[in-house]
Amino acid sequence: MADIATTYNEDVLIKELGYDDHFHDHHHGDKYQSSFISHYIFSMDHKIIARQFLITGIIWAIIGAAMSIVFRLQLGFPEESLTWLKPVLGKWIVVDVNGIGTLAPEFYYALVTMHGTILVFFVLTAGLSGTFSNLLIPLQLGARDMASPFLNMLSYWFFFMAGIVMFYSLFLSTGPFSGGWTAYPPLSALPQASTGSGTGMTLWLVSLTLFVVSVLLGGINYITTVLNLRTKGMSLWRMPLTIWAFFVTAVIGVLSFPVLASGFFMLMMDRGLGTSFFLSEIFIEGQALDRVGGSPVLYQHLFWFLGHPEVYIIILPAMGIVSEVLAVHARKPIFGYRAMVYSILAIAFLSFIVWAHHMFMSGVNPFISNFFVIFTLIIAVPSAVKVFNWITTLFGGNIRLNTPMLFAIGFVSMFISGGLTGVFLGNSTIDIQMHDTYFVVAHFHIVMGVAAFFGMFAGIYHWYPKMYGRFMNETLGKIHFWGTMIGAYAIFWPMHYIGMAGVPRRYYSFDSFDAFKHFADMNKFITIAAIIVFAVQLLFVINFFYSIWNGKKMKVKNPWQATTLEWTTPIEPIHGNWPGKIPSVHRWAYDYNKDEREFVPQYVPLEEGEVGDH
Amino acid sequence: MSTGFIAILILVILAVVVVQIGKISDLAAKIRGEEEVAQQANDTTAVWLVGFMVLFLIGTIWSAVYYKDVMLGYGPHSAASAHGGEIDGLFNATLGVTFIVFFITHVLLFWYSYKYRSREGNKAQFIAHNNTIELVWTVIPAIVLTFLVVKGLVAWNNIMPDVSEEDQYLEIEATGYQFGWDVRYPGNDGKLGTKDFRMINLANNSLGMDWSDDKSIDDIVLGGTDQIVLPVDTTVRVRITSKDVLHNFYLPHFRVKMDAIPGLPTYFIFKPIKTTEEYRQELRNYPEWNEPYDVEDPESLPRWKEFNYELACAELCGKGHYSMRRVVKIVTRDEYETWLAEQKSTYMTTIRNTEDDPRLGQLLDVEIKERAQELRADFKNALDSEKAEDKTILLRHVFYDTGSAGLSDLSKYELDNLTDILKNNSGVTVELAGHTDSVGDDATNLEISRNRAQNVLNYLTNKGLDISRLSSNGYGETAPIGDNGTEEGRAQNRRTELRIISQ
Ligand code: HEM
Ligand SMILES: [Cu+2]
Ligand SMILES: [Cu+2]
Repeated sequence: MADIATTYNEDVLIKELGYDDHFHDHHHGDKYQSSFISHYIFSMDHKIIARQFLITGIIWAIIGAAMSIVFRLQLGFPEESLTWLKPVLGKWIVVDVNGIGTLAPEFYYALVTMHGTILVFFVLTAGLSGTFSNLLIPLQLGARDMASPFLNMLSYWFFFMAGIVMFYSLFLSTGPFSGGWTAYPPLSALPQASTGSGTGMTLWLVSLTLFVVSVLLGGINYITTVLNLRTKGMSLWRMPLTIWAFFVTAVIGVLSFPVLASGFFMLMMDRGLGTSFFLSEIFIEGQALDRVGGSPVLYQHLFWFLGHPEVYIIILPAMGIVSEVLAVHARKPIFGYRAMVYSILAIAFLSFIVWAHHMFMSGVNPFISNFFVIFTLIIAVPSAVKVFNWITTLFGGNIRLNTPMLFAIGFVSMFISGGLTGVFLGNSTIDIQMHDTYFVVAHFHIVMGVAAFFGMFAGIYHWYPKMYGRFMNETLGKIHFWGTMIGAYAIFWPMHYIGMAGVPRRYYSFDSFDAFKHFADMNKFITIAAIIVFAVQLLFVINFFYSIWNGKKMKVKNPWQATTLEWTTPIEPIHGNWPGKIPSVHRWAYDYNKDEREFVPQYVPLEEGEVGDH
Repeated sequence: MSTGFIAILILVILAVVVVQIGKISDLAAKIRGEEEVAQQANDTTAVWLVGFMVLFLIGTIWSAVYYKDVMLGYGPHSAASAHGGEIDGLFNATLGVTFIVFFITHVLLFWYSYKYRSREGNKAQFIAHNNTIELVWTVIPAIVLTFLVVKGLVAWNNIMPDVSEEDQYLEIEATGYQFGWDVRYPGNDGKLGTKDFRMINLANNSLGMDWSDDKSIDDIVLGGTDQIVLPVDTTVRVRITSKDVLHNFYLPHFRVKMDAIPGLPTYFIFKPIKTTEEYRQELRNYPEWNEPYDVEDPESLPRWKEFNYELACAELCGKGHYSMRRVVKIVTRDEYETWLAEQKSTYMTTIRNTEDDPRLGQLLDVEIKERAQELRADFKNALDSEKAEDKTILLRHVFYDTGSAGLSDLSKYELDNLTDILKNNSGVTVELAGHTDSVGDDATNLEISRNRAQNVLNYLTNKGLDISRLSSNGYGETAPIGDNGTEEGRAQNRRTELRIISQ
């Protein structure tokens, strides 16, 4: 495009104005780069760890998505035989006398549960915020690395172990946990309640406890780094929105995940030590249990006290990425930078006091729900503000419609569509009917699942050159975008109608109910769309791995002509990020098309009378 | 393994094709000049975006119209309960508001992306912020949301509060278990008896009802697949509990949903406003409801005729979660009364006088009342009848301790009733007659029957009846009314009778 009017010689500017922390006076080399193992495996370099998170996330995403295809086949084509899956799934495919194979209901529920757990925690939490917080926090702040590279490495390896444990649980003879990603007791507490609630659930709890450790180690690190390792001149109000988002995400995570862990510990005790935190008056398998006085609802409070912030832990990093990508490729400052920051903060705060909107129909006192309705619908206001700001950022731009930008635009569309259905659900009166129907499935897949993936894709396409020194292929990227955009709506939009008709989620089969069984065609359509979208994602995976070695080379340091500091580091990444001094910062991150200059990077000093903050 | 092989092959081919597409597009870009290609791609993509927007918006509107019959509050999907209308109304108000926002934001999002696409000589404007406009779009959503919240909470606080003492309502109980529902009606007293999960016994007490609680006596537990029958236009309070894990009591047509929690009873209150029959008649007007019920069988009844309200579970409870169906039938109040009268109390049919019966050897108030009525009727018949053989009444509930002449405890109820009757009919004189079966020797039997009749007479005189109106006699085994060859017949023969001598 014809806008390469402005060039800066960052090396000179950094040399003259940068901050000398004497980093390269000491010898760090061996520890980090000496062998393959310490360089690529037990690496403490944030850029490597970011890629580890990303690739692990991609692998989990493929596993999680493949699971969804299997259970969608059962839902969309209950009459077709799944015998061909028997080599992979073994006894979980039940073949009847006519040779028709169906998915065993236990395993259907196991797949749904694993799909949810994997996508929410391993892909959209670790894969998204783990990747981009690690990559961008030091680079955009002008730091050599994370505050504690060692904790950072531990964070990844705890995540990795969590994954190993969860993966192992897939192969148990009783199957993995099958009580839903929310794991409500008593179903999750009593092995006799379901086959998956035995060893499968034990491993689920072990895995997610390891995961909580990972999130906390990562989170503490991100917070410390943002607070302490900003380069000279990088005041909080000059941080790019990505950093604001990652920072607030980490704060929310550190505050809410321990509560989940406490819930997990109580659940473990109920399972193993005979306590009754969540159990009372249960008669199961012909036996009255000697457990009284607990409350299953207590677990739900603990779970959703994390669970709601968790959905923002997932979406805030995506929002940060999208804000950045929109500004860079629209060649405009993000509109209402401060309003964006304040709405991130407002969302973060409010996300802690809305949890019971998941529990309107859980038997909590209906009077209490009044407060949760009010807070829940208040949270829609900052969400709306963000949407308006993104759209206005496009207004008057000079927009490059490349793949990262397309995904950022797609994100906004998804966030609108899914956020608006939140307005239905947040009103407890409507939730009486909508709760636990496909309407909820549509809501959260669009607003969280698809939108967060779009944010992640925008980030991957945008920062791929930073990670691998090469570009991903644009043509494939665009096919990927259109396939996903159209396909995702094709999957989830019809679910609104199924939900309005009252069809409950988590049903293995709809046939026994007259009210639910008339959507066979729609279910077929959804399944086919899901298969196509899955195939399109494989295209992305191929593009991703192929481009690592064969993509178009990045020839200039700052291919997008962005203002932020990550584009001042050498193309070939080095430990410590900058070869000499660290750049110092003189202005905010969004000086695009200011005065006559196409863009003004953050390290460029202010001119006479120029303001550096907005 | 051949399927696996084919799958891998397909993947490999896909990968190769994809990589080729990538290579070719890169190459083409090189040949034609990257700048130019990028510019062209930008234009094409912009057009695509607008095209997508148009199709997407049309698609959403079209699909909403197409599926209007499943949307809340429209046509065949209108609520069958009093509060359901409020929910549907609020749903549609929200739909209206959100659609406007959805439409406007999508048009702007895609239109701006198109209009401000990068072009030769184009330059972006530096617009960093504008506090007025921020304020406007903070306040407007806030106002709209306030409107929805207020509307929502008013409805919520109408729907959810519990009933109070003065309210007229019918209370039933639904208990979820893996995988089904037990439904309990309170019987005539309108009150559900207490229950305790420790008393659950799958043989005869699946709910753990406390039989010693008087409120349990007339409770009716519906059989596992029986329809749940409820009267129309009546406030129904459903007490919702669970035996094992969480379930959710979900009546989609009535907009009713509430978790069933072990150890923590919940409730939902609603008022059905359309009988099953009325709802069917409404459905009849929609073409899709006139299709055959069974798609395979064109001869089957139209769908509307087969329509039933359904109860489902809406909280994951294990592998059978999707199968917890019960039919709910709404009938007129009269039909309901008739139906209810036909239902038998669970205690009476399965527990009474078994060893699980805490009242074994005691009479229930109802039983005492029933016996009094029965005796009065027998006595009246005897008085009214002309025939001599009709003047004898069997005292069905007078018994003696085994092998002796002493009156059993429970006999006194019958004899007290008899005392009252005789006091009310002061002109009547009667003979009390004892009979035995043929077991044992004749003389002893005669002796015992005499003594027994005498004991009855003594009891009555002790109660203040004039001895001159009474006489007693024993007949031993001489006057059997049943076959002494069977146990049943012998039981009939061991009896005490009352014969009217004069009236
Ligand atoms: C406009 C603001 C939003 C409102 C008012 C809202 C409201 C709600 C409500 C009330 C529920 C519970 C529905 C039910 O179970 O009956 C719900 C479910 C959910 N929401 Fe949202 N939501 C909003 C935005 C979001 C966002 C931004 C995300 C994620 C990024 C999200 C993710 C979820 C998820 C994951 C669930 C379902 C969890 C489950 O039951 O499995 N929501 N939302
Ligand atoms: Cu939430
Ligand atoms: Cu269930």
